[in-house]
Amino acid sequence: MIDKTIDSAAQAVSCIGDGAVVMIGGFGEVGSPVELIHALIDQGTRDLTAINNNTGNGEVGLAALIGNGQVAKMICSYPRSSHSKVFPELYRAGEIELELVPQGTLAERIRAGGAGIPAFFTPTAVGTPLAEGKEVRELEGRTYVMEPWLKADFALVKCDSADRMGNLTYHQTARNFAPLMCMAAATTIVQACRVVEAGAIDPEHVVTPGIFVDRIVEVAEPVQESRLIAEGRSYP
Amino acid sequence: MSADSRKPTGWSREQMAARAARDIPEGSYVNLGIGIPELVARFVPEGREFIYHTENGLLGMGPPPAAGEEEPELINAGKKPVTIVPGASFFHHADSFAMIRGGHIDVCVLGAMQVSAEGDLANWSTGRPGAIPAVGGAMDLVAGVETIFVITQHTTKTGEPKLVERCSFPLTGKGVVSRIFTDLAVVDVTPAGFRLSELAPGVTEAEVREKSGAPLQPIR
Repeated sequence: MIDKTIDSAAQAVSCIGDGAVVMIGGFGEVGSPVELIHALIDQGTRDLTAINNNTGNGEVGLAALIGNGQVAKMICSYPRSSHSKVFPELYRAGEIELELVPQGTLAERIRAGGAGIPAFFTPTAVGTPLAEGKEVRELEGRTYVMEPWLKADFALVKCDSADRMGNLTYHQTARNFAPLMCMAAATTIVQACRVVEAGAIDPEHVVTPGIFVDRIVEVAEPVQESRLIAEGRSYP
Repeated sequence: MSADSRKPTGWSREQMAARAARDIPEGSYVNLGIGIPELVARFVPEGREFIYHTENGLLGMGPPPAAGEEEPELINAGKKPVTIVPGASFFHHADSFAMIRGGHIDVCVLGAMQVSAEGDLANWSTGRPGAIPAVGGAMDLVAGVETIFVITQHTTKTGEPKLVERCSFPLTGKGVVSRIFTDLAVVDVTPAGFRLSELAPGVTEAEVREKSGAPLQPIR
């Protein structure tokens, strides 16, 4: 019987080794799989390339992973926020590499990675420093820049409901990058607010079909980053 | 004449936003940038309905929630709590940016560090050493949305012009801005450069010219 559920976040991330490329869902704290990230911190995996829209907040979740020196390279669109201090300090000290990608190009590169499309042409960033050195082409009278797909060894995402087959639903704007990252990673690891019986999710309402999901751990009451930060908490 | 007896001149942040809102057609799908552009949603002219897109994955964004009614997973692109209106929808990032790059969003209102006479926009990085570059969705928006409005103060806090002959900061997009709403004036970007379209109350053409870094065609 297919059953992708796993007992703990620690077991779920145990397959991630040093040097892995890891996509991490979330837009700011919304949709961030904080418990999976904390399990990765506990595990001490190093030299990671992390792909996320941002670089985390405070000293918890993604920011804590970065602050713990486990991330060698960050691929993101917006490494600044009102509560982001860990990344800027390491970046200014030259201790972490940054690949800055426009947000829509980041999303499409991940989608392309999951869909088996090795590159595509986009008008985004033409004429700016972010297109320098990239192949350009004139198509129907407009200039486009070629962008490569983005794939990962692992994706860590948070969802609302999951069943044992890996079918997922999301809540409000927490969906953001998760469905794309589930497609683009060799192994997708999901933390679900609830695991339900197969068939309990109406097939019409499935957002991520189970084929894109490998491991599921139930985290019934996930922490909220902003609450941890307000309480002055840091991880570990 | 004492300073107190002078009439206030120019537009406030709210008045700039209200002025920009007047130029958005009925039924438009609209994306609002962070900062003064966010205020545009408060000044929809009577009888018009706009549908707000926020690139993190929501169409049909409503006003900010009352204190205590925030939902932790319902935010806008500025990561602030928002609400939804009846008829709203949620979607993932590839769909959201397909709406943008695919030309489905009608109007986008952005902030600016500099705008050039050719409509080039710079609003993501000063390019200075030690600056943390952060682009977000700005380059996708200017590449994919037909009408790009800019709302900005006419000069920087230190009095440097933001309307310039050529941007000195790294570009967000080339030739993308069509209209600029500042505290002093409404300025169009035309094939012949900047053209004054409207002056704020109490502001003279001479003052706008003096505070601009490129020539302005007179009001038609």
